[in-house]
Amino acid sequence: MSFINYSSREINCKIVYYGPGLCGKTTNLQHIYRKTRPDAKGKMITLATETERTLFFDFLPLALGDIKGFKTRFHLYTVPGQIFYDASRKLILKGVDGIVFVADSQAERMDANIESFENMKVNLEDQGYNLSQVPYVVQYNKRDLPSAVPVEELKKVLNPEGVPDFEAVASDGAGVFETLKTIVKLVLIELKKSS
Amino acid sequence: MPQSSFVMYEEEYREITSSIDKLLKEANAKCVYLVDKDGQLIASSGETRDIDATSLASLTAGNIAATGGLAKLIGEKEFSILFHEGEKDNIHISLIEQRVILVVIFDKRSSLGLVRLRVRKASEDLARSIQKLLARMAGGSEKESLLEEISDEDIEKLFN
Ligand SMILES: Nc1nc2c(ncn2[C@@H]2O[C@H](COP(=O)(O)OP(=O)(O)OP(=O)(O)O)[C@@H](O)[C@H]2O)c(=O)[nH]1
Ligand SMILES: [Mg+2]
Repeated sequence: MSFINYSSREINCKIVYYGPGLCGKTTNLQHIYRKTRPDAKGKMITLATETERTLFFDFLPLALGDIKGFKTRFHLYTVPGQIFYDASRKLILKGVDGIVFVADSQAERMDANIESFENMKVNLEDQGYNLSQVPYVVQYNKRDLPSAVPVEELKKVLNPEGVPDFEAVASDGAGVFETLKTIVKLVLIELKKSS
Repeated sequence: MPQSSFVMYEEEYREITSSIDKLLKEANAKCVYLVDKDGQLIASSGETRDIDATSLASLTAGNIAATGGLAKLIGEKEFSILFHEGEKDNIHISLIEQRVILVVIFDKRSSLGLVRLRVRKASEDLARSIQKLLARMAGGSEKESLLEEISDEDIEKLFN
């Protein structure tokens, strides 16, 4: 849930990166962290297992500049993609203002993508949201791998609504900021609409 | 609904800040934070310089969310107080009005008993301010004018 503070003159919004295990959610945040000026970012928090799998969440606070004299701050979170961490995923979706669904383009991860997408819808509904009312974008990640499925096929399955979508190679940074910019815009447009 | 924002206004902010300043003194605490359940920092008081407040807010909210999940598992509604004891510093975390989280960090200059007592008192004041805030939010005129004025250009400019 966005937080508008008239006293400190800030607008805060929460964006969640969702998707199957190992699809590259944490890698997206790491790239954003590396490429952002020190004064525009806070500490990145990573709650991960010994093997660098997200255990609870990653968190990265970003400051993006002013709108009408209000500082805009975006809190980026990732969920743990592994199936058995479902309880944690639910908690992290609480108060979400926008979602980036990160898909793994590899053919062998197609079922995992679909399962994660369905799981996201169910978990949103558990929190009283409906995906159709939440701004979201889709990122087809790992485009560099030989077994990557053609984008047209991914679109058919993971983006029937035709929301903005992006190809990415998060480990090289390709597509990461395009994805972020678009979700930030959608969140702000939705915020404006809500008034 | 997703997009109903949490809004903080000057008047309630001043009330809240003075409540936590008072709590800080009366509990002999090192610092006090007020955080909303989604992990946004609302206000703070005391020796806060050495602590990354944004991180603290996000982790506290995660902590409350996780223990809330545990509570439901065993059939409790919520654990409204959490306490973590360290070698030097301790953290007392409590939930106010199911809505905001009060965090008190203290060392041996204070005690758990004192902190508990003062937190209970402060929670009543804070609960009143939060109630007022929620009522004002439900009215929500100020917020609307700000949001309406946001133009597409403003949004575009953020990335230049
Ligand atoms: N080849 C390739 N590898 C990638 C890409 N993006 C991420 N990876 C790698 O995939 C692995 C998993 O990435 P993470 O970002 O940790 O995945 P995650 O989605 O956070 O996984 P969970 O935390 O388990 O949900 C890492 O070794 C990354 O370096 C990509 O675009 N191409
Ligand atoms: Mg991860």
